[in-house]
Amino acid sequence: MLKFLPRRLAQLVPTLFLVSVIIFLLQQLLPGDPATVMAGEENDPVVIEQIRQQYHLDQPLPVQYLYWARGVLSGDLGESMRIKKPVAELIVEKLPVTLQLATMAMGFALLIGIPAGIVSAVKKGSSWDIGANVFALWGLSTPNFWLGIMLIFLFSVKLGWLPASGFVSPLEDLGQSLASTVMPAFVLGNAIAAVLMRHMRSAMLQAMSADYVRTARAKGLLETVVVMKHALRNALTPVITLGALEFGTLLSGAVLTEQVFSIPGFGKLIVDAVFNRDYQVVQGVVLVTATVYILLNLLADIAYVLVNPRLRG
Amino acid sequence: MKTKTLIAGAGLALALSGAAQAAGTLRIGLAEDPDVLDPTMARTYVGRIVFASLCDKLFDIDEKLNIVPQLALSHDTSADGKTVTIKLRPGVKFHDGEPMDANAAKYSLERHMAMKGSFRRSELSQVDKVDVVDPLTVRLSLSAPFSPLIAQLTDRAGMMVSPKAAETLGDKFGTAPVCAGPFRFVERVPQDRIVLERFADYWAKDKVHVDRIVFRPIQDSTVRLANLRSGQLDILERLLATDVAEVKKDSKLRLATGTEMGYQGITMNLANGEKANTPFSKDARVRRAFELSLDRDAINQVVFNGLQATDNQWVSASNPYHQAKFPTPKRDVAKAKALLKEAGVNAPLALDFMVPNNPESRAVAEMIQAMAGEAGFDVKIRVTEFATSLNEAGKGNFQLYFLAWSGRTDPDGNIYSFASCKGPLNYGRYCDPAADELLNKARTTNGQAERKAIYEQFAAKWLTEGSVIYLYHRTLLFAHSDKLEGYKTMPDGLIRTTGLKLK
Repeated sequence: MLKFLPRRLAQLVPTLFLVSVIIFLLQQLLPGDPATVMAGEENDPVVIEQIRQQYHLDQPLPVQYLYWARGVLSGDLGESMRIKKPVAELIVEKLPVTLQLATMAMGFALLIGIPAGIVSAVKKGSSWDIGANVFALWGLSTPNFWLGIMLIFLFSVKLGWLPASGFVSPLEDLGQSLASTVMPAFVLGNAIAAVLMRHMRSAMLQAMSADYVRTARAKGLLETVVVMKHALRNALTPVITLGALEFGTLLSGAVLTEQVFSIPGFGKLIVDAVFNRDYQVVQGVVLVTATVYILLNLLADIAYVLVNPRLRG
Repeated sequence: MKTKTLIAGAGLALALSGAAQAAGTLRIGLAEDPDVLDPTMARTYVGRIVFASLCDKLFDIDEKLNIVPQLALSHDTSADGKTVTIKLRPGVKFHDGEPMDANAAKYSLERHMAMKGSFRRSELSQVDKVDVVDPLTVRLSLSAPFSPLIAQLTDRAGMMVSPKAAETLGDKFGTAPVCAGPFRFVERVPQDRIVLERFADYWAKDKVHVDRIVFRPIQDSTVRLANLRSGQLDILERLLATDVAEVKKDSKLRLATGTEMGYQGITMNLANGEKANTPFSKDARVRRAFELSLDRDAINQVVFNGLQATDNQWVSASNPYHQAKFPTPKRDVAKAKALLKEAGVNAPLALDFMVPNNPESRAVAEMIQAMAGEAGFDVKIRVTEFATSLNEAGKGNFQLYFLAWSGRTDPDGNIYSFASCKGPLNYGRYCDPAADELLNKARTTNGQAERKAIYEQFAAKWLTEGSVIYLYHRTLLFAHSDKLEGYKTMPDGLIRTTGLKLK
């Protein structure tokens, strides 16, 4: 039933190659010279020349790419020019942070979005429905940085319940770790919940008017069974795709939210790297993110098949 | 003949009252994540804040910008100015227990001078060689007299590193730096925290009153302040001018201010590429007209609530090298117009103004645009991301460039690279052999009065024909909790953690 799997896995290689070439070329479009940025205030020409040599910036573009690609193939993603730390180490350090934040955010999104979507579809036109739609509108239209700062003022400055920013690893202190990520996870989850709720609602409305639902009702099944077993299962397919895509986006780093809460995740890493023209970091992170994104899509396809028997042929 | 000696330990009264007890963790909020923590390879201001607790230097500065001994006890310059002998403090250890002696000092200085990619190379370029005279004395032989040398040794070029650790780690030294400062390196999680702990064998351990320091980079200034208010930070740097009132209102917070060693100014393109092909670049009268159209005090009031120190020179009024003979010109639109007319310029004269992208710079640029507009300049603001702006400036793609300099202890560090013909920061390409001669003379002459007299001659040229209009010296703004005691703002804007106590 998963015959497509080997083919999809094989597609991964050319896709990642293309991604790496595109990101490499896009970076070259950035104005500004990494060596000049690195040289800092003093702008010493001798130092600039040394940096160019050290990082092969004096070589033609294809040669620069080959240097990098050769490293990647042998498991070396390069080194941060700015802090002299291997990119792989930086990624290993940031990945659990982003993963935790993304998972918690997705948890919030699913817990809020799916039930709200179901309820508003089943009780269409009721005050539940209106309430859920108002919530969706709020979630979609509230900027993350604004909500983040408001939460900080309320829960950190005024009430003093939660730390204003920063990140604590769950291995260090689970309670502190949850406390430090609950606000950013809510901010991120809130927006996604709104999107999920809307899709869930329309998919459910469509499913509820389908023939098989009428048949199920005619058989005299309980309404809960009709909704949960017959309608929901069919309505979930598009929502799963959407959820996977949203999760992938979360994993590529939530730039603004990470900035507001000073969460040292992928988003912050990549933005700082772009501003400092720390090319190898940008390339490494994008490559890893793209891989994760593609794999998540693959997982969504697999989930599709498991949920929808018609695709199992 | 010996020209200058700093008496051993004069400024370092170790006999502090009572037994000093270390307690607590000091949490410092930084505006950016520092770059590599290797004094040879580091280049950011924010990194220097961390070094101030981690790596002691041969010399330091005091609150009045006097040079005082730190790991050195004294220095002595020969009559011809080409030999500088430095006596070192006895009994000093690095964080790994290795002795900080003449061999280590020679090693550290040579590392700064010769290591590939060293950012200290140009700061020590006049030093030919370093010799060990005895276990506690080194001798620096210079290619030419260089009066700013000791001032250079008050910053990263004067930081001593453990030769053993530096040999082992090579260019990865910055990932686990071993120096001789009051705190030793524990860990760093990039973009999250840098943790230091008290060094038990520090040479002035009686002055250290906290156990640990955690530096936390928080870029958003609003969030940085929220962290301070909610008790997750003890002190933060670079408070926004617009947040000063809020800090003053909060009874649990304290505001600390000082004037920076650097400046904020406008670099004008005199001879760099095509864009220098205008009367603005070629005729000093047109540039004076532009300066006369500006009201520095109004900019200060409107954008910064009057917090900055307006000025027209490369060092601030509190610096001994500030020239009182050249007061800041007052705004005079009529005179500006007259100068333009005299120069035969048909107003409005269009000017391309490149401004790095941040809210304060943009606000200042807009005021300049409006003021200069009244005198006959059509200033077109081009907001440019910082890294890109450096590139554009190098290529000469600007007529005006809004640029800040963080400042150096010696006045030479604020002017030489900008105004000498071959200066790497001379984006406007000002070049006058007579001015060059004066700048070089000020480098090789000893004695404050003598050097100041040379700079006076230079200022007469530079302030009328030069390529930089200085606007103001920024006020360094720090906010800390009332639980933190003993904080003093230093002229270099770096946080000295010795002497700080947490209640």
